Amino acid sequence: MKAPEPVQQVKHRRDSALATLVGAVPYAGFLGIQFERHGDELTAVLPYSEKLIGNPILPAIHGGVIASFLEVTAIIELSWAMLWDELETGRLTPEAMADNLPRLPKTIDFTVDYLRTGLPRDAYARARVNRSGRRYASVHVEAWQDNRARLFAQATGHFLMPQRKNG
Amino acid sequence: MPENDAQDFINALPFARALGMRLDQIGEGHAQISMDWDARFVGDPATGVIHGGAVSALMDTCGGAAVLSYPGALGTATIDLRIDYMRAATPGQRITARAECYHVTRRVAFVRATAHDEDSANPVATATGAFTFDRKEQP
Repeated sequence: MKAPEPVQQVKHRRDSALATLVGAVPYAGFLGIQFERHGDELTAVLPYSEKLIGNPILPAIHGGVIASFLEVTAIIELSWAMLWDELETGRLTPEAMADNLPRLPKTIDFTVDYLRTGLPRDAYARARVNRSGRRYASVHVEAWQDNRARLFAQATGHFLMPQRKNG
Repeated sequence: MPENDAQDFINALPFARALGMRLDQIGEGHAQISMDWDARFVGDPATGVIHGGAVSALMDTCGGAAVLSYPGALGTATIDLRIDYMRAATPGQRITARAECYHVTRRVAFVRATAHDEDSANPVATATGAFTFDRKEQP
């Protein structure tokens, strides 16, 4: 029986794969979106900044920022889920991924519910892949600020999956 | 709306300014807003195509502007917005959104919008949304 992989090695491999995936999306960097990882579970974090404001009188985060945050979260989660097995079995390494970036799912449609005003503070989001087939996927995303149970926005989207040679 | 007032509308919204939006036309429940392609807004580095979220932001701003230009409107906020992505916007090309507030009730405004790049015959995306409609109180 093979000895289990040392924990630091596992963490390093997963974290560098995630950093490569997220770092390759310029718009995620433009908004300042970061991802925290626990095992395979991702939480997206949107640190507050003044440029994200849509209504300066309230003030409130722009609806377009919220839609963008949710869509970025959905695409990264879906890509992460798509690559996870390949990364865990070693068929794909973070280094190979960085040299040849994986194609990302394409959004077919995306529907956002604005439940509460986005306050001028950090926001968090998690996505759940409800169905992922060879061609199409359906993803639900929830976003909150202070309380996990009080969502300020949610979204559902459908995506066209990229065709992977060995996937 | 005079040109200066129109651009003031965009300049008052920090995120619209961050995306470089320009209000081209507005009035009577219709609005047109456009923005340049920018490397910072790219969603898929392999293709250079702008992120869907940036197109959403443009459509949402344009939809809100259309509602605010509807006679009697005082304020608005998005209740929900659905975007259908028809095709990838061509990298390097300006994206233009047009929105129409086609019906209002006492409290709700209904909006549809389309976005296109420099090929105006083939939409990049279409959207439908419901917005809150805060109106001037009638005497």
